[in-house]
Amino acid sequence: MSHTAPGNQTSEALSSEDLLALHATMLLIRAFEQRVATLVLKGAFSGVGHLCVGQEAVAAGVCATLRDDDYVTSTHRGHGHCLAKGVDPGEMMAELFGRATGTCRGKGGSMHIADFRRGMLGANGIVGAGLPIACGAALTAKLTKSGRVAVAFFGDGASNIGAFHESLNLASVWKLPVVFVCENNRYGEATPVEYALAAGHVADRAPAYRMPGVIADGQDVLDVYAKASDAVAHARAGEGPVLLECETYRYFGHFVGDPARYRSAQEVEWFRSRDCILRSAECLQEQHGVAPKRLEAMAADAERRMDEAVAFAESSPVPDGSEILADVYSEVRQ
Amino acid sequence: MTAERILTFREAITEALRLEMRRDPAVILLGEDVAGGAGRDAEGLSEAWGGAFAEYKGLYAEFGADRVLDTPISEMGYLGAAVGAAITGLRPVAELMFVDFIGVCLDPIMNQAAFAHYMSGGRVNVPLTMLTHVGAGVGMAAQHSKMLYSFFAHIPGLKVVAPSSAYHAKGLLTAAIRDNDPVIFCVHKLLLGQSEHVPEEAYEFPIGRARIARPGADVTLIGAALTVSVCLQAAKALKADGVDAEVVDLLSLSPLDEETVLASVRRTGRAVVVDEGFPRAGMAADVAALIAGQAFDDLDGPVKMVTAPHAPVPFSRSLELAFMPSPDRARAAVLELL
Repeated sequence: MSHTAPGNQTSEALSSEDLLALHATMLLIRAFEQRVATLVLKGAFSGVGHLCVGQEAVAAGVCATLRDDDYVTSTHRGHGHCLAKGVDPGEMMAELFGRATGTCRGKGGSMHIADFRRGMLGANGIVGAGLPIACGAALTAKLTKSGRVAVAFFGDGASNIGAFHESLNLASVWKLPVVFVCENNRYGEATPVEYALAAGHVADRAPAYRMPGVIADGQDVLDVYAKASDAVAHARAGEGPVLLECETYRYFGHFVGDPARYRSAQEVEWFRSRDCILRSAECLQEQHGVAPKRLEAMAADAERRMDEAVAFAESSPVPDGSEILADVYSEVRQ
Repeated sequence: MTAERILTFREAITEALRLEMRRDPAVILLGEDVAGGAGRDAEGLSEAWGGAFAEYKGLYAEFGADRVLDTPISEMGYLGAAVGAAITGLRPVAELMFVDFIGVCLDPIMNQAAFAHYMSGGRVNVPLTMLTHVGAGVGMAAQHSKMLYSFFAHIPGLKVVAPSSAYHAKGLLTAAIRDNDPVIFCVHKLLLGQSEHVPEEAYEFPIGRARIARPGADVTLIGAALTVSVCLQAAKALKADGVDAEVVDLLSLSPLDEETVLASVRRTGRAVVVDEGFPRAGMAADVAALIAGQAFDDLDGPVKMVTAPHAPVPFSRSLELAFMPSPDRARAAVLELL
């Protein structure tokens, strides 16, 4: 089975500024997630946090290939996709705190962050649910000839659910401009991928649906960016869907507080040694001559933005009691 | 005066769709065999069906494959896609051929369409109509004959309508398509041939409004979809018994027109709810609880429920007929109250 990019397009070499932008996005995501971990452990808000620390290159690399008006559907582990698509960290943090200023006025929470101004059609609490929704967004794009593309992020676990298979088939027979991006982080909750996945790779399933299946190193933002660029170009050109599998890893457990006893310390260490942010920093320093001080300043800037986001959230009001009944239906905000 | 324009329920559905698709290019129709013979235009074999119940005849010819989309047998896929299309600017009408199939595709309706508006803090609308066929009487047994409208009415965020006749089918489908919320449009299979006067122009019948199908003074019979005609037949028989029965046609299960139901019961003092659905936690129990809770002082007796039994829909014709609420059972329930 070969897993080559569709077509013969090759991404142009990224400029230093482009790579710095990717690096900044990954730093922002990591800072956000680490802040969330701290807040969850402190009991700052209710609910669970599904963190994507370790997987930042996928969200950053894929979303950097998209237009502002392209669509994204996401998962229960969706903070990174939102940030990479340009959703405001303060509004996201306020949503996690359940405040009225949150992206969803405090009624969605971590697993349901959406920002339609940014084409972010929603994280999702139901595994696999975002794939058919992305097909529908792509159908809108196709029928209205808007030139938009839809990206569905999902995990290796979701590749075993019916919605995945129905979506790939539907997207292929309707030739929809959609890119299915699998973040294979090797675990569906506490179950290893090799136990749950009958195929060797998620991408192996693509030929059955007559679409290109591509594997990227999900801990290398440049590889993700290059392969996502080709996949998005393929979809946007009207050539139909692509399945892009990004091999990655989550450093935390399934949720904050999951000690992740289903995997060995050596395994975690090996993946951490290939950390996407470390590698991008190395590349910036060695190949682009970026000074370490500049990278430190970027990391500090991400932390400062988190301070601001948390301050915004904490100073925001909780929703008015009347919000319980507001927006059940669309007619009027009560 | 010109002769009345008579359409069947089926034709009323076609007409509502045709007029809305002409009026608004965002309206699309998708589902299994809504055209039939997909992709075989060149051979002249497309639009072989126009839907399993032939409600969409002529739509493919007029609007083409971009707006009348045959889907694979893939309800989870295309209902989810309909949600995605709805939140990005289209106004899809997605057919679920038999409501019983919801077992393989509930998530896009229950967790996605129903809650997207709420969970986004009102920042996105889901103008999706799911047209589906309900009810027994066609010899297709338990997996193709349920009502299940109560099941959807249970979910906040969904609107549920169940028209009883051609006029209301057209008006409610027009309203459903124009509505910014997801609407479950329930078509009882045995009503498809029902015919009556249907105006030619587009019109909306408001979702959430019941109607008095027959005025009366002694008892209120409440039905929806096919059981409205059951109630009307019972009322006719009761006339010979010297009983003047009022019939309320709910039309919408959610939102429920509580005022029309309660006002009628307050006038008559007696209520019988006739529901083809299962009795537990269903429409009849819901309406009975409404009446008992809000109009208890006006009642001269207990609220009666005439429903299907708590059993799967049986196949054998004799059993199936016994399963469905009949005018005789409705009449007997009324007579017990007097």
